[in-house]
Amino acid sequence: MIRRGRALRAIPTLLRVGVAETVAYRAEFLVWILTTTLPLVMLGLWTSVASEVPFQSGSGKPYSSADFVAYYLSVLIVRNLTGNWVAWQVSEEVRMGAMSMRLLRPLHPFVAYSMSHLAAVPFRSLVALPIAGALLISSGASVLTREPLQLVLLVPSIALAWLITFSLQFTLGALAFFVTKTMALLNLYFLMFSLFSGYLLPQDLLPGWIASAAEVLPFRYTLGVPVELMTHELDGGRVAALMLYQLAWAAVSLAMALWAWRLGVKRYEAVGG
Amino acid sequence: MSAVARYLRIATLQLRISASAGMTYRADFLLEGGLALVSLGLLLLPWIVLFGTGHTMARGWDQASALMVLAYFTGVRAVLEGLISPSLVDLLERIRSGAFDYVLLKPADAQALVSTSRCEPWQIFNLLFAIGLAAYAFVLRGSGPAPEDVALGVVLFGAGLLAMYSLWLLCAAAGFWVVRLDNLTYLLGAIFDVARWPVQVFRGVWRFVFTFVIPVAVMTTFPAKALLGELDAKAALATIGGALVLVVVSRLVWRLAIRNYTSASS
Repeated sequence: MIRRGRALRAIPTLLRVGVAETVAYRAEFLVWILTTTLPLVMLGLWTSVASEVPFQSGSGKPYSSADFVAYYLSVLIVRNLTGNWVAWQVSEEVRMGAMSMRLLRPLHPFVAYSMSHLAAVPFRSLVALPIAGALLISSGASVLTREPLQLVLLVPSIALAWLITFSLQFTLGALAFFVTKTMALLNLYFLMFSLFSGYLLPQDLLPGWIASAAEVLPFRYTLGVPVELMTHELDGGRVAALMLYQLAWAAVSLAMALWAWRLGVKRYEAVGG
Repeated sequence: MSAVARYLRIATLQLRISASAGMTYRADFLLEGGLALVSLGLLLLPWIVLFGTGHTMARGWDQASALMVLAYFTGVRAVLEGLISPSLVDLLERIRSGAFDYVLLKPADAQALVSTSRCEPWQIFNLLFAIGLAAYAFVLRGSGPAPEDVALGVVLFGAGLLAMYSLWLLCAAAGFWVVRLDNLTYLLGAIFDVARWPVQVFRGVWRFVFTFVIPVAVMTTFPAKALLGELDAKAALATIGGALVLVVVSRLVWRLAIRNYTSASS
């Protein structure tokens, strides 16, 4: 109990450190944000395709240019707010031996890392805001949802998406304890994410079996759900189901992260010393 | 001539060492191989979704010609991720740690040394797959290419690679001024993603940017058109000329950058 109290008291300091880190390494921070160009590339493709006739998806819902603009700009906003690179960070620190220093601190690294990434969220909003502005004045605005329930749920949904993304990434990072170099695993994660989350294509444009796999895998809940809340008209039952799935995945991924960490840290050999 | 032979020997030696170093991380190495295949499937997915439902890409790009652009994209990306990107990561790490000193001390050109310092052997399969895609595009078309178009297509593939390499070198040179830029390779990859579609997909200012400012169109759209026999001589010459200009500019910036290098080691 005492330990938990101490961790709580450390949080404001951790957040301040995170802000300072973000400002200090601003070039790196900016580069990470600029790497999310894929939605714009897809946006270019699909608006070009749909510019004359709306694109008919497999499920029969027609996608007009405006639909694609709204969809991919929303993807950019959510991705910007929820994306992080903690897996890369953890695995590098394990590989280079810098993890030793973190283990000495009386604070779970999950808390330390998450606070440092949370501190970057305001800076990320600075990038997300102009995109949101562009979305509101573009043709996409006409197809955004006006359902109050969906708009209210947007904030918790993005927060849950953040937590799932962070926990999954942390789990991957912790795998570095077992295989030392995890670049390939990170690539695999990103590939699965692109496919199943709605990052590459809206879920209803995917071939049937991929769309049904996406329903049960965690990736959709890290991006697709908030985006759909913004851009699709969903009925109440569907919204409730999506939010419940999201909550469940948040709990599961958090447990996974802490468990992988506990198993991994036992094997830590402090490479490089 | 002996200088060329010498640098070729150095390059092969460095790449062989790098390949065996890569294989020491066994799990990573095997997974990397499997991933190469998955990422190819993912690359083709939008193309399948788009043309599988009987749509056409706007402005004269049919199924076969869009596939040809994807084939070139796969080919250039194989070289990018097989050679250029790993070497860049390595260089940035050396600049940061100060190990770049040892590169400068060696009696060979530093640019040649860092350009071939790392490789990912699996990417050879992607290169083969790119050739397969190009062949399949001709099957879809129902007619084979003329020999001179094949020659031009291959030459422009080389020009595209040179352009890619020069852009990479320019970014690497930035590493001498801004030290913590390890993630630059992801940015390069992300910008290059634009090249998976014909540049005609983009409109107005973007098409201009991707043709002249960040010339990704030069790397895939133009060579694909050449192989399909649809590129006029003027555009072909402009592509080759543009690539050569980029090579010269990047060489100059690189020399300026290493003059600015103030070792990070203590």
